[in-house]
Amino acid sequence: MTVMGTPRLRKEDPKLLTGENKFVDDIHVPGELWMGMVRSPMAHARVTSVDTSVAAGMDGVHAVYTGAELNDMGLWAAPLPCAWPVTDDMVNPPHYPVAAEEVHHVGEIVAVVLADTRYGAVDAAEVVEVEYEPLPVVPSIAAARDGDAVAHSDLDSNKAYHWPLIPDPDALEAAFASATHTIKAEFEQQRLIPAAMEPRGVLAVPSPAGGDVTLYSATQVPHILKVMIAATTGLSESKLRIVAPAVGGGFGAKLNVNPDELLSVTLANKLGRAIRWTETRSEAAFSTHQGRGQLQTIELAADGDGKLTGVRVHLDADMGAYMMLITPGVPLLGSFLYTGVYDVPAFGFTCDGYFTNLTPTDAYRGAGRPEASYAIERAMDLLANEVGVGPDEIRRRNYLAGGGHFENLETASTLVFDSGHYSPNLDAALELSGYDQLRAEQAKRRADGDTKHLGIGLCTYVEICGLAPSRALGGLNYGAGGWEHATVRFLPTGKVEVVSGSTPHGQGHETAWSMIVADKLGVDPDDVTVLHSDTAISPLGLDTYGSRSLSVGGVAIAVACDKVIDKAREIAAHQLEANPDDLDFEAGTFAVKGSPDKTMPIQAVAFGAFTAHDLPDGMEPNLQEQVTWDPPNFAFPFGSHVAVVEVDEETGGVELLDYTAIDDCGNQVNPLIVEGQVHGGIVQGVAQALWEGASYDADGNCRNPSLLDYLVPSAAEVPNMKLGSTTTPSTSNPLGVKGVGEAGTIGSAAAVINAVCDALSPMGITDMPMPASPATVWNAIQQAKNNNENGGGQ
Amino acid sequence: MIPAAFDYVEVDSAEAAIAALGQHGDEAKLMAGGHSLLPLMKFRLASPSVVIDIGRIADLSYINDAGDHVAIGALTKHRAVETNELLKSQVPMLAHVASQVGDPSVRHRGTIGGSIAHGDPASDLPAALLALGGSVVAKGPNGDRVIPAADLFTGFLETAVASDEMLTEIRVPKAAGAGWSYQKFNRRAQDWASVGVAAVRNNGASGVALVNMGPTPVVATAVQDALASGADVEAAAALAADGMSPPDDLNGDPAYRAHLAQVLVKRALTEAAA
Ligand SMILES: Cc1cc2nc3c(=O)[nH]c(=O)nc-3n(C[C@H](O)[C@H](O)[C@H](O)COP(=O)(O)OP(=O)(O)OC[C@H]3O[C@@H](n4cnc5c(N)ncnc54)[C@H](O)[C@@H]3O)c2cc1C
Repeated sequence: MTVMGTPRLRKEDPKLLTGENKFVDDIHVPGELWMGMVRSPMAHARVTSVDTSVAAGMDGVHAVYTGAELNDMGLWAAPLPCAWPVTDDMVNPPHYPVAAEEVHHVGEIVAVVLADTRYGAVDAAEVVEVEYEPLPVVPSIAAARDGDAVAHSDLDSNKAYHWPLIPDPDALEAAFASATHTIKAEFEQQRLIPAAMEPRGVLAVPSPAGGDVTLYSATQVPHILKVMIAATTGLSESKLRIVAPAVGGGFGAKLNVNPDELLSVTLANKLGRAIRWTETRSEAAFSTHQGRGQLQTIELAADGDGKLTGVRVHLDADMGAYMMLITPGVPLLGSFLYTGVYDVPAFGFTCDGYFTNLTPTDAYRGAGRPEASYAIERAMDLLANEVGVGPDEIRRRNYLAGGGHFENLETASTLVFDSGHYSPNLDAALELSGYDQLRAEQAKRRADGDTKHLGIGLCTYVEICGLAPSRALGGLNYGAGGWEHATVRFLPTGKVEVVSGSTPHGQGHETAWSMIVADKLGVDPDDVTVLHSDTAISPLGLDTYGSRSLSVGGVAIAVACDKVIDKAREIAAHQLEANPDDLDFEAGTFAVKGSPDKTMPIQAVAFGAFTAHDLPDGMEPNLQEQVTWDPPNFAFPFGSHVAVVEVDEETGGVELLDYTAIDDCGNQVNPLIVEGQVHGGIVQGVAQALWEGASYDADGNCRNPSLLDYLVPSAAEVPNMKLGSTTTPSTSNPLGVKGVGEAGTIGSAAAVINAVCDALSPMGITDMPMPASPATVWNAIQQAKNNNENGGGQ
Repeated sequence: MIPAAFDYVEVDSAEAAIAALGQHGDEAKLMAGGHSLLPLMKFRLASPSVVIDIGRIADLSYINDAGDHVAIGALTKHRAVETNELLKSQVPMLAHVASQVGDPSVRHRGTIGGSIAHGDPASDLPAALLALGGSVVAKGPNGDRVIPAADLFTGFLETAVASDEMLTEIRVPKAAGAGWSYQKFNRRAQDWASVGVAAVRNNGASGVALVNMGPTPVVATAVQDALASGADVEAAAALAADGMSPPDDLNGDPAYRAHLAQVLVKRALTEAAA
């Protein structure tokens, strides 16, 4: 039976479509109290007084706590955690759920109200009177690096760390010294506000017997959260249960340990009342971490043919006001990928992390890798121009292994790529996009003097996923491992129950895991139930992020299935009176080789294991196996994207006319899910290129904190995408799978901006800041026209 | 996104609405479709202590042939304006402009009266009404009065409709054979216009009004005057930003908007002449 590899509708969808799912905000318990947050309107200030008396006296208000009062209550054993101190001397200012003395970004909590209703909590929060003494504000990464103001008044610099990865400095130096062509480019990765369909929310419920707390949280990481809440509150891990009910998207923004999570758990535990909170959209723009926030400098060295000889990169990375769970590590996740899919003999990377008085940054779809692929793929286009060849040709000249198939190849950035085969992938993308016809159409428009310019942009990306081999994480100073846990058990009825340590929040794990199990055990996918996202049911796990679920968690399930089959084989052999080696297992049935009538379905074996009436001597009853899979290597999916845009010279408007993506994520379990992931991923990257970006004024106020001004695109803004795939199985796991959750985002921003620059290249335009809004594009065109006029006059 | 507390009053006639306004004074706000008022209340930019719901007054939702003009009840939804056959044949621009408002869910809730009474410079329908030379009927404690669109928009989110009055009808002159164009430039399909232009050309007369080029929906007087004195499209369009004070926001600074207005007026006049 082969279920894997065939498109299959998701088990999850009927409940989503009929509104049957329960998200945190849908769950209610008697006696619950709502939190209302009093948030700082100042980006950097000393809190000189907090007067809670009016609020505390309002009807329905149970309590109001200031930061100082919460500290005095002894609720915190440690500050909010940062699990990734990237260097030994990294600066990590203490960060408590509620600020007591100094606030460091707009939206930081300075007091918490508890009230009977959500409206009451917000009304009371509005009348808490806080006095602030303004301090100098650091409103941008450039100000953090170049200005005099410090984001934390007790620090004397904004610099948090310096992290180098320069495997061979002499070789790098030599590459640039002897290069025929060099390219130097600077790019800004603007801050992005994650906008999952479901905002974050919490409900902490104390057990009626006391001592235990269950936290329902809209989180991607219930397992990590449990460990971290225990560590920061001093509550015993055994007394905490974390449940991620239906979760409506995360994209990294629900991969954290947040003040509201800690407040709800500790206050519920202290007061014996359920405590809840759901963020509003505007609150999310201040209080939930943001993505990206980097200034990049990339330099390429190449020989006369445009063959790369060296790549040198420096980042200034915006941490925001505090180090959250993996804030400092995000740029490092990209560090290894600045050489892209190319054969680069010499490589060097440095990153300086800086504090600003802005909302903290942390993981957002792709986390470091979209930034990396953007820089190298934009720079490759610049190199193509410099050398005078097409963007496809410059890529082919530099592909690893000459574009041919390879396995286990070490790169200059010290990684071993599991597998790749780049040339056929690019061929497929060019073919599907109609690349040659597009170039002809572009030439015609140019000859006609059309003011609607056609642009064609390529991006051939590689990404790193399957996070992660635990030892590799140890080498990066990360505070946890990268394994995943799975249990596969037959129930007496012959149905299968899977317990997954990976925790879905929209991806479709239940469907995919069922398909893996169906193939392995020869059962109907509908006979497989997947349990997850509740630490009481699934105590071991490391959750979902970094495109890791399938290539780590899914593989754990496959390996557990193999162990189930091994045990079942022993039992079947015993009962069929045959040698285990003489049994074939196919389509869910054991059969004795050469005796076609001596067979036993695995469900019958499972029932036998349950009754335990007739098992081999010494064998434990029941058919159930557990596996903790620690991957031996990462996986490296890749792909070729082609974006086609039309730029209106008169308005600066950019329209995305067409988009082609050929992704290679190794073997596919469910092509329908792959397609969905690629669609969403592409739109998220296109959004960074054309629409999204948190904008701040000089005082550190966000200028676009609502969906009115923060332009998340809808289906109306994107064309029907043309998708295809090639399949180069991974060598990092027995399923040959790689991962696809972030691929679209990693390829698309560069493809779109390459297309915009391609459209305007006759005017001499070589770069375009993101988001390429009409006003930005129009201004760039005016500047280019002025330059051309002035240049012409000299 | 959590509004402050308010009292809710539902009325079933314009007279009852005006009585309720008289009773509650400045503290009260009428609510039609709620699609401009409720967002303001959720951001706590507006905190009326009484909301008077006029959304269920059934007899103020109509589109009637009134001889030289079409009369539209204030509570007519954008969707009804967009799909109405009388408007499509007699005032096609208005039906088209209604189809450009927000997205389908907005058009099924928002009303033409609410859109005009709100007076948002970024809204589509007020500019269309200006370009078409329409008028509105305001009902107050002392009866009805007609206000020409040209006198309606008095300041940022302010209109000549008094706080004890309710807008009951919108009147648009028939213009079956007229050339027209509506140019809406926005960044996403459901957004308000960064800049918009409504243009009507009828037997030598021209109506041109701009969206989001100042504190109110505004007539492009300089363009209209130039056309009246015989200027060509190019020359008239160059005057699009004359006398305007466009806003500065993430969609563009005033200089960009001024340029955009010129481009869009040119496109609108060209299309309206074709
Ligand atoms: C997501 C979204 C997108 C939108 N996009 C657009 C767009 O692209 N273009 C656009 O033009 N609009 C847009 N709108 C606004 C929408 O068209 C509103 O519905 C409209 O502007 C107001 O109509 P309403 O019936 O909802 O008025 P309400 O919100 O009920 O009222 C608005 C104001 O007018 C007053 N008012 C209402 N009716 C009367 C009356 N009969 N007499 C006196 N005063 C009255 C109210 O007191 C209030 O002050 C959008 C709205 C949303 C939510």
